[in-house]
Amino acid sequence: MGRVRTIARRSFLIGSAAILGGVAFGTYLVKRDPENPLTADAAAGDAVFNPWVKISSDGITLVTPHTDLGQGATSMQAMLIAEELDVDLDQITTTPGVPAAAYYNTALASEAVPFRSNDTGFAAETMRSTMGAVMKVIGAQVTGGSTAVPDSFDKLRQAGAVARETLKAAAAAETGLDVSELRTERAAVVLPDGTRLEYTSLAARAAQMDPVSDVALREPDQWRLIGKDVQRMDVLAKSTGTQTYGIDLKVDGMVHASVRMNPRKGAPMLGFDASAAETMRGVSQVIGLPYGVAVIADNTWRAFRALEEIEVDWDTAPYPAEQDAHWAAVAASFTPDRLDKEWRHDGDVDSALANTSEAIVEAEYRAPYVAHQPLEPLSAIVKVGADRVDIWVSHQLPRFVQQRVAKKLDMDPEQIYLHNQYAGGSFGHRLEFDNIDVTVDVARELPDTPVKLTFRREEDFVQDYNRQIGMARGRGAHAGGKVTALDLEIATVSAARSQSNRLGAPVPGPDTQIAAGAWNMRYSVPDLRVRAYAVPELAPTSSWRSVGASTAGFFAESFLDELIHAAGADPMEERLRLVNDDDARRVLEAVAEMSNWGSPLAPRKGRGVALVTSFGVPVAEVVEVTDTDDGIRIDNVWLAAEVGQVVDPVTFENVVAGGVIWGLGHAMNSEITYSDGKAEQDNFHMAEGMRMHQCPVIEVRALENNPSIRGIGEPPVPPAAPALANAIFAATGTRLREMPFFNTVNFI
Amino acid sequence: MKLNVNGTSHEVDVEEDMPLLWVLRDELGITGVKYGCGIAQCGACTVHVDGVAVRSCQLAAGDVDGDITTIEGLGTPETLHAVQEAWVEHQVAQCGYCQSGQMMQAASFLDLNAEPSDAQIDQAMSGNLCRCGTYPRIRAAVKSAATKLQGA
Repeated sequence: MGRVRTIARRSFLIGSAAILGGVAFGTYLVKRDPENPLTADAAAGDAVFNPWVKISSDGITLVTPHTDLGQGATSMQAMLIAEELDVDLDQITTTPGVPAAAYYNTALASEAVPFRSNDTGFAAETMRSTMGAVMKVIGAQVTGGSTAVPDSFDKLRQAGAVARETLKAAAAAETGLDVSELRTERAAVVLPDGTRLEYTSLAARAAQMDPVSDVALREPDQWRLIGKDVQRMDVLAKSTGTQTYGIDLKVDGMVHASVRMNPRKGAPMLGFDASAAETMRGVSQVIGLPYGVAVIADNTWRAFRALEEIEVDWDTAPYPAEQDAHWAAVAASFTPDRLDKEWRHDGDVDSALANTSEAIVEAEYRAPYVAHQPLEPLSAIVKVGADRVDIWVSHQLPRFVQQRVAKKLDMDPEQIYLHNQYAGGSFGHRLEFDNIDVTVDVARELPDTPVKLTFRREEDFVQDYNRQIGMARGRGAHAGGKVTALDLEIATVSAARSQSNRLGAPVPGPDTQIAAGAWNMRYSVPDLRVRAYAVPELAPTSSWRSVGASTAGFFAESFLDELIHAAGADPMEERLRLVNDDDARRVLEAVAEMSNWGSPLAPRKGRGVALVTSFGVPVAEVVEVTDTDDGIRIDNVWLAAEVGQVVDPVTFENVVAGGVIWGLGHAMNSEITYSDGKAEQDNFHMAEGMRMHQCPVIEVRALENNPSIRGIGEPPVPPAAPALANAIFAATGTRLREMPFFNTVNFI
Repeated sequence: MKLNVNGTSHEVDVEEDMPLLWVLRDELGITGVKYGCGIAQCGACTVHVDGVAVRSCQLAAGDVDGDITTIEGLGTPETLHAVQEAWVEHQVAQCGYCQSGQMMQAASFLDLNAEPSDAQIDQAMSGNLCRCGTYPRIRAAVKSAATKLQGA
């Protein structure tokens, strides 16, 4: 075990970003399945078939270890188990379970390798397989990288099938009938005469048996739930105010707290004067921390208000104080020594661009820092006891929470009890640990007292780990109405390194995300090169919904659009001419048809298209805008995505439309800029995203041709910004090369 | 001071300037009403005072001059309000954190405007932020709810 832990500490990889090098381990560790975490708590007579299914005499519990951040992970996981278990969603309860190695993510590895997702060659597959083994050995329970569906699809159906067949075996043993005479439906084994033996009544006997391991999964034409319109399990609670989020929890004896940390993120606090705050009503304690000051009170608002009355002396920022210097650092990184990786070079770009008989186009692009800011502010409840710590919070890396808190308090991870909660959104925000670290620091000052610490929205904004800031320089050529050469250099800070360094587990190798969505473009341009440059760490950054592709996809598809327009070609037709992959061609053809591309448009209207592949999913979007007297209005978006198989169509459509809105809204109006070392935007009036009156009509089409099943949380985001920019160019002639666009054009 | 919330009278001992939001959440334990921004930019804290939508983060407890209704008082899982019925039918929620405020805003709006145009719906709902981007479903649900209420 010691060895496994060493690997986990030294070389964890996070998000879909990193490469792990030089780890060797024996086949024993890889082949051995982790312990079933349900076994420890099972009562006599409880059947725990595997880490996902528990049936006792009083009910059926399904474990859904992927954290539900609003993306519908709980329902999706339950559907997959229920499909094979032959239960309906009204017959079960779900739990996120306890953090456990058994819930390691089998799909995260596929995007962490430096190969195109449609590359099924030996090297790519070998490395994916190796990475998958690593995830198993370190027990990486991770929600992220759009992997919940691909990780769960086979595994959870298998878990359901094993439980079903074991229950049938139990029924056979009980009745003396042959298993082949038995069938299952609605949580019961049905005998040939129609008698129903409820699963709950078979649990005790099943618990005595070895699980049946040789099971076949059902064919798609037998599915009752997968791919069908099913009511999401949490929809009633979320329509009646009865869904409880982490911020809503109350624990007996709990006190309220809030914190102000140095707004120059990562810098220490030098001193404070809390004399005014200490005497305020409801305030019981003011606690100085190395990085800030916390107030304990009997009500959240009283804690908030007291914080405002504390005079604090903050140290200077560990990164440039002014935004201009951040941009200068990015601009200065297009140098050989900052080259992170040349990801792709087809043909000979330098020769092509030296050939002056072809027309050359050059442009520079920018993408700013952007905050995550899900609507539920960060909070946590922590109770530190002598030999046990309880934490109530929502997190995407539950085992890392345990390990981190254990290390901080010099305890064992097994002594850290994490009660993972439903989250009011994340978008990558709940991959970070500030709320947990701070609450633990405060709670250890009040032993045995549960401390509920809530961030003010302003604190949440200022302390956010933003999306990477970056620039791109494009050079390209066209001849005869065709794009002939494309050279794209992308320089961003490395969110993956920023994140993994904070975890104390720096990862070697290039950051796969800097040029994600660009280098893997599914086009054949005769001379094509994509290079990624890593800007030295500035303000700390993290994974933001769709990660690198949110910036690189914007750069690539906007610049390609410039080249196509310069060539005098049609943006759709030229992309269809360049596309080199059937999945990508089909999503382009789908949006061309859905949007009636090529049909005449009224004056002041424009259409733009973009195709970006991220997390293995090619997504094409067409945006149609009108340049009104009140500003740009986004009228329609048509989207097609190749995902292999849709599990939950209702949530799929909702999440895809939401991804479009996320991509468009932040491209329109959201950025974080620094002044005096502090983020200048600290609430939604300064970075609001899209609002209802700006929301287009969105039509979504899922294509299911590819045998690989993929997740959809992130892939709709990257094409949105370039498709919008390209549409605005078509409508107005203004080429938008910097996000957010509202610095250049007005929106209604 | 006395507050009437969802038909129940509560005596609370709080500062006059404590926002109603925090009286509801931390003093009375009514958590369907959400804290989102604290500056009336997101609408997650929307409740009704005498049937009219207000941002409870901006309404001081001492200034409350009517009966308060929160999402828990609008309807329950067993007896849904027409707006909640529509929210369930259209499966609006993703994370769901903003949806209490969205529904309270919609219910108040439909009470004042029984047959709204699309533009009026957009206008009325544009103060309520949804970070997940459920706006297309909110739009559809508000229209459904309007139809239900007219039939009621």
